Amino acid sequence: MQPFQYSQPSTVDQAVQAGSRSKTAQQYADVRFIAGGTTLVDLMKLDVERPGQLVDINTLPLAQIQSAPGGGLVIGALARNSTVAHHAVVQRDYPVLSEALLSGASPQLRNMATTAGNLLQRTRCVYFRDTAHACNKREPGTGCSAIDGHNRMLAILGTSKDCIASNPSDQNVALTALEASIQVRGPKGTRSIPIHEFYVQPGSTPSRENVLEPGDLIVSVTLQAAVAGSRSHYLKLRDRAAYEFALASAAIVVKLDGSRIEYARVALGGVGTVPWRSREAEHLLQGHTANEATFRKAAEAALKDARPASENGFKVELAKRCIVRALTTTTQAA
Amino acid sequence: MADDRKSTLEVELTEQEPAGSTAERPSGGRISRRSFLSHLGAAGIAATASPVLGATAAPAAPPVEQAAETVAPAGAIPVTLKVNGKSHALQLDPRTTLLDCLRENLNLPGTKKGCDHGQCGACTVHVNGQRVNSCLSFAVMHSADEITTIEGIGQPDHLHPMQAAFIEHDGYQCGYCTSGQIMSAVAVCSEPVGPSDDDVKQAMYGNICRCGAYPNIIAAVQAGRRFA
Repeated sequence: MQPFQYSQPSTVDQAVQAGSRSKTAQQYADVRFIAGGTTLVDLMKLDVERPGQLVDINTLPLAQIQSAPGGGLVIGALARNSTVAHHAVVQRDYPVLSEALLSGASPQLRNMATTAGNLLQRTRCVYFRDTAHACNKREPGTGCSAIDGHNRMLAILGTSKDCIASNPSDQNVALTALEASIQVRGPKGTRSIPIHEFYVQPGSTPSRENVLEPGDLIVSVTLQAAVAGSRSHYLKLRDRAAYEFALASAAIVVKLDGSRIEYARVALGGVGTVPWRSREAEHLLQGHTANEATFRKAAEAALKDARPASENGFKVELAKRCIVRALTTTTQAA
Repeated sequence: MADDRKSTLEVELTEQEPAGSTAERPSGGRISRRSFLSHLGAAGIAATASPVLGATAAPAAPPVEQAAETVAPAGAIPVTLKVNGKSHALQLDPRTTLLDCLRENLNLPGTKKGCDHGQCGACTVHVNGQRVNSCLSFAVMHSADEITTIEGIGQPDHLHPMQAAFIEHDGYQCGYCTSGQIMSAVAVCSEPVGPSDDDVKQAMYGNICRCGAYPNIIAAVQAGRRFA
């Protein structure tokens, strides 16, 4: 592991100031904030991240979970994944988020990993994690080893000719279906970013994964008030029943009026280069009767633009079935 | 013949133990595996090349963990860690993980290094009562925390009920994952985990047992929970 300077700022502004000295907030940032460490320490051991300075934000007052004025919930950047998953309001109003968090990682990792850290979780693409291989996300311009390599786990939506790495997070899929917003404190002040504007698809610059700039520190995530009468659910399909990343997952928020779907949000995990919102599926659900034919139509629309690689063609049908089953479960609930 | 060699080696190594180095020595005057290995580490090549092991083993070098405690590496920063109720003032390279610090600097080798990437759970310890993977955290990040290791929950003459349950139910084969399993199991007692074996499986999946002793581990956790 490369040597680094370690600092522990006592205020958010000090942290922002330290972070703003970085040349980038993306791959190979020379200054990195560290919270739970579950992604960053792992990648530093692999030499995939080599920050010269670590800014430890764990002592900043950013761990609270509070009701938002006017309804909704504000989750502090440092709230641990286990704390959020077991929070009474999250379990009552946003079960999709609790279920997604509890389907990810292990109990130990969830006790460490934070809300903001999970937002910035990096891909598990084996070529990104192995410095012996070409990877445009890690070393721009070197090529993509995954496109003609082992790509069974990788993305089929939002890919480019330069990168097919999948976003591995479960939390972020649920937050996408919940239309969360992300509050960022930066050198120029605080701003709120809707989650669908936070992530950047790889295109020709896969090393840029989100809109963060040097010094930008995520301070909270806000959930809008739950739609009255809505239900939500997260379904994750994977190679074993626990402790594995998704091959395909679906986060669903729906509200029924009798058998008619009044409101629907659909987000997918395991198949996208970013947490994947399917407005096409939502469009085909809203106003239609909640039955298998409707769900299947929505699923077909969600995967219409899928472009599988050599080993992950099975994900197209798997993701469709995941959507249909998740919608069936959600609309049949209580 | 083999027995003679073993006893020669034990005598040799026992004589080389530095004065005051009792932390690693179980009662009864016998040296521990770790103490033996740290001597062998220094003398390994000479020892394996020699036909008479006892004659060349262990030059007069202190054990590795002692050297690390007294010599601060370049770039080290001061940190005080509270482990098992006791404060330790240390000088640490910031790259030192909590796991390595416990094992190498604080001479608490009960916490094991398996994958070193947060995938196996062998390094599980408690930080402020919560179980975590000590391999994915830098030690310098824990100056405000209460850390508990397997050494802090029980000792051979005064076992934690969960340790006793693992022995009673034979919850291991090789034993390498066991301290992590037990630290997870102790945490499970204060987590919202249901009563069934399936609930225990869900709660314990962050601890991998490569021997596959899972049925006995589950039995041990269930038994230990009744006393915790």
